[in-house]
Amino acid sequence: MSKQYETVIGLEVHVELATKTKIFCGCSTAFGAAPNTQTCPVCTGMPGSLPVLNKQVLEYAIAVGLATNCEITRYAKFDRKNYFYPDNPQNYQISQLYLPICRNGSVEIETEEGGAKKVGIHEIHMEEDAGKLIHDEWEDCSLVDYNRSGVPLIEIVSEPDMRSAGEVIAYLEKLRLLIQYLGASDCKLQEGSMRADVNLSVREAGAAQFGTRTEMKNLNSFKAISRAIAGETERQIDLIESGQKVVQETRRWDDAKGESYAMRSKEDAQDYRYFPDPDLVPVAVSDEMLERIRASQPEFRNEKRRRYKEEFGIPDYDIEIITQSKHMADLFEAATAICGQPKKVSNWLMGETLRLMKEKETDAQDLRFSPEHLAKLIALVDAKVINGQVAKEVFEIMFEEDVDPERYVEEKGLKTVNDEGALRKTIAEVIAANPQSVEDYRNGKEKAIGFLVGQTMKAMKGKADPAEVNRILLTQL
Amino acid sequence: MRIAITDRTAVELSAAIRAGQTTAVEAAEAMLARIEEQDKLYNCYVTVDGEGALSQARAVQERIEAGELTGPLAGVPVAIKDNLCTEGMLTTCSSKMLGNFVPTYTAEAVANLRRAGAVVLGKTNMDEFAMGSTTETSAYGVTRNPWNPDHVPGGSSGGSAAAVAAGECYFALGSDTGGSIRQPAAYCGTVGMKPTYGTVSRYGLVAYGSSLDQIGPLTKDVTDCAAVLETIASYDKKDSTSIQRQDTDFTSALVEDVQGLRIGIPGDYLGEGLDTQVKAAVLQAAEDLARRGALVERFDLSLVEYAIPAYYTIAAAEASSNLERFDGIKYGYRTKEYAGLHPMYKKSRSEGFGEEVKRRIMLGSFVLSSGYYDAYYLKALRVKALIKKAFDEAFAKYDVILGPVAPTTAPKLGASLTDPIRMYLGDIYTIAVNLAGLPGISLPCGVDESGLPIGLQLIGDCFQEKKLIRAAYTYEKIRGPFGKATAAEGRTTKAEGRTTEAESRTTEAVSRTAAGGWTETGQRVLQEAGQEQEGHRHE
Amino acid sequence: MANIISDETIEYVGILAKLELSDKERERAKSDMGRMLDYIDKLGELDTTGVEPMSHVFPVQNVFREDVVTNGDLREQMLANAPEEKDGMFVVPRTFE
Repeated sequence: MSKQYETVIGLEVHVELATKTKIFCGCSTAFGAAPNTQTCPVCTGMPGSLPVLNKQVLEYAIAVGLATNCEITRYAKFDRKNYFYPDNPQNYQISQLYLPICRNGSVEIETEEGGAKKVGIHEIHMEEDAGKLIHDEWEDCSLVDYNRSGVPLIEIVSEPDMRSAGEVIAYLEKLRLLIQYLGASDCKLQEGSMRADVNLSVREAGAAQFGTRTEMKNLNSFKAISRAIAGETERQIDLIESGQKVVQETRRWDDAKGESYAMRSKEDAQDYRYFPDPDLVPVAVSDEMLERIRASQPEFRNEKRRRYKEEFGIPDYDIEIITQSKHMADLFEAATAICGQPKKVSNWLMGETLRLMKEKETDAQDLRFSPEHLAKLIALVDAKVINGQVAKEVFEIMFEEDVDPERYVEEKGLKTVNDEGALRKTIAEVIAANPQSVEDYRNGKEKAIGFLVGQTMKAMKGKADPAEVNRILLTQL
Repeated sequence: MRIAITDRTAVELSAAIRAGQTTAVEAAEAMLARIEEQDKLYNCYVTVDGEGALSQARAVQERIEAGELTGPLAGVPVAIKDNLCTEGMLTTCSSKMLGNFVPTYTAEAVANLRRAGAVVLGKTNMDEFAMGSTTETSAYGVTRNPWNPDHVPGGSSGGSAAAVAAGECYFALGSDTGGSIRQPAAYCGTVGMKPTYGTVSRYGLVAYGSSLDQIGPLTKDVTDCAAVLETIASYDKKDSTSIQRQDTDFTSALVEDVQGLRIGIPGDYLGEGLDTQVKAAVLQAAEDLARRGALVERFDLSLVEYAIPAYYTIAAAEASSNLERFDGIKYGYRTKEYAGLHPMYKKSRSEGFGEEVKRRIMLGSFVLSSGYYDAYYLKALRVKALIKKAFDEAFAKYDVILGPVAPTTAPKLGASLTDPIRMYLGDIYTIAVNLAGLPGISLPCGVDESGLPIGLQLIGDCFQEKKLIRAAYTYEKIRGPFGKATAAEGRTTKAEGRTTEAESRTTEAVSRTAAGGWTETGQRVLQEAGQEQEGHRHE
Repeated sequence: MANIISDETIEYVGILAKLELSDKERERAKSDMGRMLDYIDKLGELDTTGVEPMSHVFPVQNVFREDVVTNGDLREQMLANAPEEKDGMFVVPRTFE
């Protein structure tokens, strides 16, 4: 490759909103129900049914628009996007083309080089999700489940401002965090509540015009996105170098094979015949509504960073990790509010929590233990009711099942034994049973004391305060 | 002298039931017997639910006797156009596509009737998916005009109009997208009304042109029309285009008084293509109203010739999208053999839809397609705005616009379908009303030489149904009883030659009438409706 | 006829509308659509400069529902209308390659 090329990337990000009901009907959006049990005439496209807009969808969309510095369209409309596919029960999708709810926004990302860069947001529009198609292996047919049909989505369309996979990931992380902080979505790529389509073109470095772009779909993880960007960049450069043309088309990324293929079909004319949906009336965003949503915007990450430093004095590193997830930040703040010990709460999050998250492949937003229980655990240790080691064991159970540590310690009999008589008796037994170690210690092998402490703890089934054991041992020897 | 039960109007029947002179069950039985006897010939119904009607009638009768149902439709048998969904009852839209479709929900208008104690007899024939003006595009055979079975009943609500005219129900519901209630009402000598857009919920109405569709009554007289409209009009949260109105006590407008009512006759509605007998009857009706003190004059409505192309562009575009859901997957017809998804779609739809439906879907898909949207669809929406403006200007001068419903009386079966443009031209007097969202009523004003009824159309400004009802009620009183029997006695129109008198007598008076008041009232009603909805949101 | 509708146009519109016309229907459709479009072209006579396209006749806006679950499970009644169903789902021809 003799020439230098630049990759130009824009993203279309679909985010499923965390509403209780669908965008145009009163069906539940809860995940995991039996097929077609959360459907009604509206979201299955029955004739005569009519859509009515869920107000919460509008409010979330505006909130995301405000958080991404968009202009909010004060008079917005819904349009029909017409295309036939079995997961689309009306064979048109209600979306917004002509007057989307938000336009001309931007977010700032950190580049790999450590600088800041603005990524423009062309528009954000509201639309309905499609149902799910399941392939029937046995009978060579597909099956349709409309539970997801009508789940509210916003589509965030960026400007073609990104130049590398790193910038794309940074942009997605930024959006995810903003939206999670807003509580507008959990933004899980793997579960499809956040989905990104990549529009990509290449051009010779320094060229003024963009090249022909392709759109890539089916990207379910940050890794897949990175690989797809590398793969598509290479494919387009190869085409150009060999004198061929890039065709504007939609391609499906196969992450297992590491390649994409065109989704072309004669039957997909890609002529969506958009027109204003006559069944829905326009949305006029009043000053009052806008101000109400603006006023209820949460504290975002940058503000939290500043406040945590001033208010709690915890290390920058801890702040970075904790504020990376709204859920973790909420946990931290709530537990701290109860126990008044930010450093200890932070230690639990930075230590055991991160360790278990890694071990059990858990996302921060899926942490199950409550701040009340974490605060109780800290109090139990402080009061020397349990020792640090027992606390870690209890925490692991809390991490899995959010048990009440007080009750759990009680039920399992994990309290530290503070009966000095019993402790002395056990220590005497340990000393008697390990003459060699006693001898070693007396001969100056300081380490031998550790073994004896360990033996004592073992005999006490861990329910002793190791410092207390150490102290008594020293007096006995 | 006792009037035969079958000859009563809906309001008379319910009064007789309440008075204990007859029962809801007797009325239902009488209708079912009529249907049994006549409907092989007329084919008004696609589905008759005899058992359901009788059991409903028994339940309603008990509630009437218990004093729970006291309204003017309690116990009255009704026929429902087959594009209104009825839970548990076949709803076909007279299409092969929905030959086996049983909805799990009931259209709000029908639910309102049931709540009022009306007894649903069954579902009436129509042009397939309401696309047509003759009821000949039905997949379930043509409906014949009870006045002369060689003629069409009109359409698309032809089954409903014919069922009322043939006495196979006391009243019926229809839907009107471009004249589909008013025109068959005219052809069958019944009263039909298309209310202001948004007055009757469209929930459960299988959509044709969503921005134009309205459900309305087909009845024996104006009194029934007002009573039915009062019952079916409702603000429905399930229909975003539903309008909250405070003034739906339509029966209060059943007043015999047109003194000072300003009536305008668009010259454009009396021009080329209008049958001379129809013209004479309509002008005679105008004169009759003028005699009672109405101020009648001709005016130039303008833009009339553009209404049809604008209408067919908008209706076809919306229809092409609305009918996409019929794909052979969730309900309805699926072809027997197919090789893959898209062939399944194409074969199912091509076999399931009739010719006229396919024609409009093709046209609608084309006008929305890439490169044509602006030139056709947006252009049509702009023309729609101009047409609305022309009506606004007219209603600044007149309370009611008067004209014919259709250029002719009911044509013979098979005479209309050969040339679509000619068929569409037949809608010239009705479709502008839908484009502008206005209310319009059609009522008989005579018969032609061959004994077929002629319809008179009165058009009001938005939310001014009461003015229409008052004018129509007054005219009905002037005209006297109307029906096949009366017509047979020779009460044909002899209006020709007398029209100029009516025209000249009235112009002067108009200028004396205060021009303000009512338009503002109409807008105020709308504003209030808007505020109500606004207020509701912030609860 | 000013608007001549080609076989390709009919084919294309057929793909959009998912309709497959017989040869006879196709010829009829070409002629009908051409005539309809000629007729619609009449709208071009009107100067609509500066006129806003009117989709809704009335200025009704902001009709919302609250985010509250109101629907139950209607699966069985709904599936009763399906041409083909399996395991509580609608059966369609295979959609994946």
